[in-house]
Amino acid sequence: MEQKRATELAIIANKVRKNALTAVYSAASGHPGGSLSIADLVTYLYCEVMNVDAKNPKMADRDRLVLSKGHTCPALYSILAYKGFIPEEDIKTFRKSDSYLQGHPDMNKVAGIDMSTGSLGQGISAAGGMALAGKIDKKDYRVFAILGDGELEEGQVWEQAMFAAHYGLDNLTIFVDFNGLQIDGDVTKVMNPTPIDKKFESFGWNVVLADAHDFNSLENAVNEAKATKGKPTAVIMKSVKGKNVSFMENNAGWHGSAPNQEQYDTAMAELDEIIKNLEASL
Amino acid sequence: MAKTATRESYGKALVEYGKDERIVVLDADLSKSTKTDNFKQVYPERFFNAGIAEGNMMCVAAGLASTGKIAFASTFAMFAAGRAFEQVRNSIGYTNLNVKIGATHAGISVGEDGASHQCLEDIALMRTIPNMVVINPADDIEARLAVKAAIDHEGPVYMRFGRLAVEDVNPADYKFEIGKGVQLKDGTDVTIIATGLMVQMALTASEELAKEGISARVVNIHTIKPIDSDIIAKAAKETGAIVTAEEHSIYGGLGSAVAEVVTDKAPCVVKMIGTDKFGRSGKPAELFEIYGLTVENIVKKAKEAVEAKKCCCAEMR
Repeated sequence: MEQKRATELAIIANKVRKNALTAVYSAASGHPGGSLSIADLVTYLYCEVMNVDAKNPKMADRDRLVLSKGHTCPALYSILAYKGFIPEEDIKTFRKSDSYLQGHPDMNKVAGIDMSTGSLGQGISAAGGMALAGKIDKKDYRVFAILGDGELEEGQVWEQAMFAAHYGLDNLTIFVDFNGLQIDGDVTKVMNPTPIDKKFESFGWNVVLADAHDFNSLENAVNEAKATKGKPTAVIMKSVKGKNVSFMENNAGWHGSAPNQEQYDTAMAELDEIIKNLEASL
Repeated sequence: MAKTATRESYGKALVEYGKDERIVVLDADLSKSTKTDNFKQVYPERFFNAGIAEGNMMCVAAGLASTGKIAFASTFAMFAAGRAFEQVRNSIGYTNLNVKIGATHAGISVGEDGASHQCLEDIALMRTIPNMVVINPADDIEARLAVKAAIDHEGPVYMRFGRLAVEDVNPADYKFEIGKGVQLKDGTDVTIIATGLMVQMALTASEELAKEGISARVVNIHTIKPIDSDIIAKAAKETGAIVTAEEHSIYGGLGSAVAEVVTDKAPCVVKMIGTDKFGRSGKPAELFEIYGLTVENIVKKAKEAVEAKKCCCAEMR
């Protein structure tokens, strides 16, 4: 990827971070840490990879994305707003009783959401169903799913890991947001899901290691997934929970709590500074 | 008279209506028992075994349905409604996706496999899920037409089928409509409202009661949700006493659904026949005796209901 494009994407991703934090701040509730860690990924997928159309969100042959870690929907809503699926100002209605932007994604309420998620472990299975449908219909759309590392503790993830490999769903790519933290702390201390790569390999998946905050690394991973025939791909994506907000980075406390006004202002100033520097480098 | 297990009817219906290329059938390693194997033989390219992993199967069905497929997911009722409840609730009910759950081996008539496999809670569980249609067919033709109706219905449907062969109660020209109860016999003293294989027993009980001068109406409620509140309220008003009969817990199933209707629309005496115990191994006929799912018990409860009605009316006077 050209450096210029990578910089442009980084600017978009940090705007996504700002909107995600605005959503959580406005709701005084939600999940900032994991939203910030997947901001670069959703930006890359929606801006560079996925065949989707905001004017025709139900397009039959579209690529699909299932946010299996549904609690980080502030990032997803923000990129959908950037792509024109939903009005950007609606972000501030997140989690409010008169809003369509639910605390976890609702496919029947939000244009561009391909599956309602929130209960961990279920999204990857639904993504497998979509990928299977693509195979049955001999269509070439691709299905992406984003999972948390803590989510891998759900047994259902491994039921689908067997299923997707068994049926050779090479149109399915999952991204594991390996930020190392879950609600109760370090994933290796709560219930160790590692080694994640070896587990997926042993289930018959193609495994790619990637840096969640490097667009070239994400591009290489997606290209390798596309080139891999006969098996699904798991991209184990090393990430920083709370990425780009100094006091949120690598802090499990920011998994599911909202910033107060001072914290919000500080976070927005930090992100504005990052965006300003990126724009200056263009 | 012909005897058929409704799971057999399910398998036949999947083949009969399986030409529709939107239909995809999933099973969790029980295709020979649930009879989805019939579909697999004819349409192998649209049959997928999910292995012994019911939660994943339900969500795969949801994913398939999200692309426009009519996804059938089959396993025993215990695992469809029990183990996979939350997957059904969140990925199928909440999403209102076009998934049809074919749950076989419901109730104690599973027999020898015993309590772990005798699901007596599924109607209650599935009934609590918004958007879910819950159907418990009584015989072969009703089961086959229920499958057709489920295909034509846009949205999630739970269908409850049995392992035990049961006699036909409906005529060959029977018309099935989701949510419409069927009055099989008129009566004025009491109404027996039954579902599934209890419908046949209800008809026999009605004959027994007639010998003793009691006129018992018989209503078949094949769709527990949405329930036919009109036919139930009418029965409550015209006969003043109801006995419900189901091969299911008395908590949350047909009996509860009927009680919900009458307390709202036409209060009357309701006596319930069902279970409040775990099942056990044994032959179905023996288990029906042990758990009170019998013609004799329906007759007894009907008489009690008629007596209770007299007391109520006396008090009201």
